[in-house]
Amino acid sequence: MSDQIMLNIAGVNKSFGGLQALSNVSIQIQRGQIYGLIGPNGAGKTTLFNVITGLYQPDTGTFELAGKRYSPSAPHEVAKVGIARTFQNIRLFGEMTALENVMVGRHVRTHQGVFGAVFQHPAARREELEIKQRAQELLDFVGIGQFAARTSKFLSYGDQRRLEIARALATDPKLLALDEPAAGMNATEKLALRELLVKIKTEGITILLIEHDVKLMMGLCDRLTVLDYGKPIAEGLPAEIQKNAAVIEAYLGGGH
Amino acid sequence: MSLLFDVKSNPKRAYASFAALAIVMLVFPFFSANFGNSWVRIVDMALLYIMLALGLNIVVGFAGLLDLGYIAFYAVGAYMTGLLASPQFAAVIESFVNTYPSVGEFLVWLCGPEIVQNGIHLSVWYIVPLGAALAAFFGALLGAPTLKLRGDYLAIVTLGFGEIIRIFMNNLNAPVNITNGPQGINLIDPIRVFGVSLAGEEGSKATVYLGNFSMPSVNAYYFLFLFLCVVIVIITARLQHSRLGRAWVAIREDEIAAKAMGINTRNIKLLAFSMGASFAGVAGAMFAAFQGFVSPESFSLNESIAVLAMVVLGGIGHIPGVILGGALLAALPEVLRHVVAPIQMSLFGKVLIEAEVLRQLLYGLAMVIIMLYRPAGLWPAPKHEDRMTVEADQPNASA
Repeated sequence: MSDQIMLNIAGVNKSFGGLQALSNVSIQIQRGQIYGLIGPNGAGKTTLFNVITGLYQPDTGTFELAGKRYSPSAPHEVAKVGIARTFQNIRLFGEMTALENVMVGRHVRTHQGVFGAVFQHPAARREELEIKQRAQELLDFVGIGQFAARTSKFLSYGDQRRLEIARALATDPKLLALDEPAAGMNATEKLALRELLVKIKTEGITILLIEHDVKLMMGLCDRLTVLDYGKPIAEGLPAEIQKNAAVIEAYLGGGH
Repeated sequence: MSLLFDVKSNPKRAYASFAALAIVMLVFPFFSANFGNSWVRIVDMALLYIMLALGLNIVVGFAGLLDLGYIAFYAVGAYMTGLLASPQFAAVIESFVNTYPSVGEFLVWLCGPEIVQNGIHLSVWYIVPLGAALAAFFGALLGAPTLKLRGDYLAIVTLGFGEIIRIFMNNLNAPVNITNGPQGINLIDPIRVFGVSLAGEEGSKATVYLGNFSMPSVNAYYFLFLFLCVVIVIITARLQHSRLGRAWVAIREDEIAAKAMGINTRNIKLLAFSMGASFAGVAGAMFAAFQGFVSPESFSLNESIAVLAMVVLGGIGHIPGVILGGALLAALPEVLRHVVAPIQMSLFGKVLIEAEVLRQLLYGLAMVIIMLYRPAGLWPAPKHEDRMTVEADQPNASA
């Protein structure tokens, strides 16, 4: 059973001064699932994301990825462990080309240092070539392979979102954490994004997803957790969540 | 102009322009020798500045870390050469013996009579790697406390560091004389390559003989500096298109995203400081050997700013642009010095504006005009927004 659990976090607390942003949050994500995290604005979804990926330090909590404890003390360590993320407001390396952006994602799985870069011995060349090929494959995978040589800030909004996903995939993640990937997308783009996420899922990558579009989430996620004021108020299958009284109250207020 | 050296889009033309440039660079000193040595000397200094600008470009251009104290590493390289390739070390030991006899006697015992008498005289084969390594060490030393700083704050701390080094050099003549203070270190050995002194042997009137072939000393230094410049260009270009170069640019573009992609920003930033500083260390060592003399006033804040101006005016983060900026800004004051006075003499019969004053004026004017009309520099890195047509013809060509 335990090797079926990809991410297991328990008892996570995080406060900013007097504000308890996360109180006693626990989540278990099964391997190969798309797991949704929803909640009203300010519920602590992004804070939880930042804690899981090492951007914020939690006050308490235990973290396990694929059965192994990890400490989210620094983002680059978390990336090495196998969690890749995207950002709510796109954070690409704007002056780099699309291909270079994805190549940066390979950084954590490659090793060449100054010596290899300067002398370009065969192992270094081979690695560089592999980085390039893998990056191009990933661009093709997310469907923007034809824009490889384009400076990334000149890509369209939807393509920038895709590029960010490709860059995250380049780190060979076990868990892909997406922070509102559909924000600002129109209906067609959302549909395409949904297809892409299903495609990533079939590659065997577990996905943790924050999204405001409840309709998209209900159709896409295998399980969901609802946060409100930093507390998990419901957990379960999409159909269960939709009927949950506490969730309805959190979203619509009391009296409904 | 940017297409002339673009190996990817048009290899033939690029190699042709490289070849043309190489020929011009090789022939130049022999051609200009007809007009006296001063022009080659100007270009020698310009080459040193290009080395500095290329090193600073790694820190400021690639990694986006604004460094206003960069000249400190140049000073480190120069003063290291001053101590390890001149009679100065003998003076240092003597000063120790006079002030702290116990330390002095230990040094005398450690170094032996030869060094006590004549100082240390290392060859260029030790000076260059040692200069690079020592400056790299100082680069990391400066980098370590500034890792969490960015932009203005980083600039102020690095500015302070640059001044600290200069002030140290200025004052380390008491209680023990190490740097000779404001007087500087004199009689630094000229560079010897395979037994040939690049300053020319004694009594040769600064002429270097290679078999039957002879050339002025400045020409010999010219070829050495040109060689070092080419090496540094190759190293920076290869670093730029490597995993590390991409990590530097990623940190410049978005540090948080870079961290999230698994880049250890602390180590990669320190590496940028060290790499950049090591080039300055080499340039400083060459400067000291070329001049035969170093003093603190060569390493003022003005020099840091001048090197930064070369990087920014030329095209920040773009190697050919940085070289262009270095060449223009290093040569400009020297050209003015040679041209301004004679022109005014012939026009007005007297010198109305000193070359030095005019230089400041033109420097400022050039800055303002370029920042207004070419904010990315004279020769910026190309941007790829309209490559659609090229790629549409061959979809997924590289897949």
